[in-house]
Amino acid sequence: MIRTTLALLAASSIGALGTSAQDIAVQNAKLWTGDRMIENATVVIEDGEVTAVGTGAAIPVGMETIDVEGAWVTPGIFAPYSRAGIVEVGSEVSTNDTAAGASVYTAALDMSDGFNPLETNVAVTRIQGVTRIAVAPGFGASLFGGQGFIANTSGAANSVDKQKAFMFINLGEAGSGLSGGSRPAAWAKLRAALVDARTYPARYFAHNEGDALSRVDALAFGPASRGSQLILIRVSRASDIRKVIELKAESSSLNIALVGAEEGWMVADELAKAGIPVIIDPFANLPSRFESLGATQYNAARLIDAGVPTAFSYFTDDSHQTRLILQVAGNAVANGVDHEDALRAITTVPAQIYGMAGYGSLQSGSVGDVVIWDGDPLEVTSAPTKIFIDGVEQSLESRQTRLRDRYLSLDESEKPLAYKH
Amino acid sequence: MKRTIGFATALLLAAGLAACGDNDRSSDKKGSPANADAGEINKNPYPSTYTPYPSSPVLLKDATVYDGIGGAFDGYDVLLSGGNIAEIAETIEATDDVEVIDATGKFVTPGIIDNHSHLGVYPSPGVSAHGDGNEVSGPVTAEVWAEHSIWPQDPGFTRSLAGGVTSMQILPGSANLFGGRGVIVKNVLSRTAQGMKFPDAPYTLKMACGENPKRVYGYGGGGFPGGAPFSRMGNLAGYRTSWIKAAEYKEKWDKWEEEGGDMPARDLELDTLKGVLDGEILVHMHCYRADEMAQIIDMSKEFGYKVTAFHHAVESYKIADKLAEEGICSSMWADWWGFKMEAYDGIPENIPMVHNAGACAVVHSDSDIGIQRLNQEAAKALSDGRRAGIEISDAEAWAWLSANPAKSLGIFDQTGSLESGKDADVVLWTADPFSVYAKAEKVFIDGALMYDLNDPDGNPVTDFELGQPGEGDTK
Repeated sequence: MIRTTLALLAASSIGALGTSAQDIAVQNAKLWTGDRMIENATVVIEDGEVTAVGTGAAIPVGMETIDVEGAWVTPGIFAPYSRAGIVEVGSEVSTNDTAAGASVYTAALDMSDGFNPLETNVAVTRIQGVTRIAVAPGFGASLFGGQGFIANTSGAANSVDKQKAFMFINLGEAGSGLSGGSRPAAWAKLRAALVDARTYPARYFAHNEGDALSRVDALAFGPASRGSQLILIRVSRASDIRKVIELKAESSSLNIALVGAEEGWMVADELAKAGIPVIIDPFANLPSRFESLGATQYNAARLIDAGVPTAFSYFTDDSHQTRLILQVAGNAVANGVDHEDALRAITTVPAQIYGMAGYGSLQSGSVGDVVIWDGDPLEVTSAPTKIFIDGVEQSLESRQTRLRDRYLSLDESEKPLAYKH
Repeated sequence: MKRTIGFATALLLAAGLAACGDNDRSSDKKGSPANADAGEINKNPYPSTYTPYPSSPVLLKDATVYDGIGGAFDGYDVLLSGGNIAEIAETIEATDDVEVIDATGKFVTPGIIDNHSHLGVYPSPGVSAHGDGNEVSGPVTAEVWAEHSIWPQDPGFTRSLAGGVTSMQILPGSANLFGGRGVIVKNVLSRTAQGMKFPDAPYTLKMACGENPKRVYGYGGGGFPGGAPFSRMGNLAGYRTSWIKAAEYKEKWDKWEEEGGDMPARDLELDTLKGVLDGEILVHMHCYRADEMAQIIDMSKEFGYKVTAFHHAVESYKIADKLAEEGICSSMWADWWGFKMEAYDGIPENIPMVHNAGACAVVHSDSDIGIQRLNQEAAKALSDGRRAGIEISDAEAWAWLSANPAKSLGIFDQTGSLESGKDADVVLWTADPFSVYAKAEKVFIDGALMYDLNDPDGNPVTDFELGQPGEGDTK
């Protein structure tokens, strides 16, 4: 209760509509629960959490009820690979905290230190229905990008849900470039770093530095090296993915997920067997680099058919256009993915990858992230009509909607447009 | 009942499209092929060798048809014959030589025309050896021609074809004040760039406003200051200096043409700028901010030329009234924003707000990914506009993808709409192309079937992808 109250106090100052988590019921929904579709469903939210879901769910007497009259209702969308909130204007380095090419630290970089819930792209992301984001580091000074986090998009002061949720590592062409110039160099560094971290602090008593990591970075890499923190590895080429599968076979305790995996379909069965989930961009279908010669929009369908837990993201602009996750999911459906699997790839699968039970779903006990839509959420013509995060109704305004409203009429006969606000 | 469409619908949209109208006429005075007149400059030394591929007549039966100029016709037939649009009518009887395709429940539109692409000049794979899209060596490189950088084996052409793109403008990059000439191509794979060039299309000139030139030349290279331009006022001074030179150059040539004497010395850079001042070369200018566009408009008047289109134009919505008045097109993304300061005020309603002001709106890609689904970009813009109270029909919005870009490129007399006699650049869609689930099923270019969703073996594979992982895979 204390946690909820604090969240609400913060939320009220940045444009959330409610002053407290509403106890609210949504009725007559075409509901995606995160696991299955239910027609004419009811969702009951109390104290910011889902307490009942289903066609027969009872609405407590006197509870505020929204009859959505058959509209689509989904959990808040969970974007599994975003940089929203850590960069305001991409090319302005003073506003860009995604990467630190000149830093002496690598694994120790905690991206949540750079998170600004009031960045304009957070609201822009939210009003398209994305309520949770996994925020990843960019490409910095090393194959270790640092540690990413999970946040909600409410804009509230305390909207980081899980700090240090994962360690981000670049392999493939990017990792080679950051490791001295070759794949073997990247792998040598990664293996040495695993030893450094696993033997921390003992080996650092004898030697001041590890083979690959400084004291601070070795400490930071410790949990991931022992399997208690997820390692998210950026990798594309089939042969590079096989190397990661080998690593997992050698160190089965490692908790690994892949991002990119443009040639994942070529090793889909091996990935499924190894239990390694992937985050892919369903748009990727060009041999844009030699490591992605096999890229195809059918990657998604083939991975899912092979049983690989597959989440979607839009890579081309992962900070300001995180919202396009819905469009890429729709395109995945156009390219052979079942509609429910596409919804799963932007709700429950991301939550599972990051170990966030109760997120990306609307089941009893889930967080109260609810989005009501004016159409099929995966259609490019659809948009949310109401959004709740932790049971708090959210503003549908952003700086973009304010600009739109100012310029809808260009009439300056009385006063400059600058007076319209 | 047979009713041939075209005229009435053209009238319907006349008001909305008048903004682009000037460009129609410019296509009539484009650079003529190698002129034999003694001493005259050959304005077309790298001529198109494209000729339409053989086709037999095709009748698309019972489709929903968007004619690209605002008309929507449910349950109509479209006949393609001899490489052209032969007829559009409620019922067309097929003669024996006609292949009939049942298009019930499907949609037929003009092919998509992307007026901002770097395919071929920034091809896949994006290796260092392939960075041929921008002659960054100086702020004024009006002398370079994008067609001389095109690698016709770019796999991106095949992907954009699958997205229903039948023609595109390939532009140099935007580092320079004057980036060089663009080229318009048919999206038909060829061994040579000349084999793709759109026959008789005018040349274009790429210019750039704002951050890029001052960043690259002012702050580039590590020195302080790196050189000119270092600021937006430096940009303007740079353009104006070049236009003054171009005006002098033009005067010399005009005088020589009238009075004879010694032929003036050729200058490749000034040839291109003179082409603009002569009204033969169309100006396509990368420009994000509204206030900068207003400066550029004044500059074009100062030197007596016309800006055909502002590209990216993320702030066109702020001066849509002025753009309508000046008859300048805006080539826009649906929703890109924020990656640089001059893109900070981008909004998803930009395209419909420009259209609503009576100005010419074009959906462009500037991306090898975006070009594959420009129909979805239009759909996003259209629906965001409607939510803001701007009612535009689906059929009108298709003009953003075909008629308006064709007008901006001076090729609207040949393509960009489904009207009798025009090139049969046509897409048959599996479903409503403003749905995310629709795919281009068949793409005809000049009546020839160039892409077939259901016949992967019949689709092109570039040299680069032969013998590589995924060769011939459905992409």
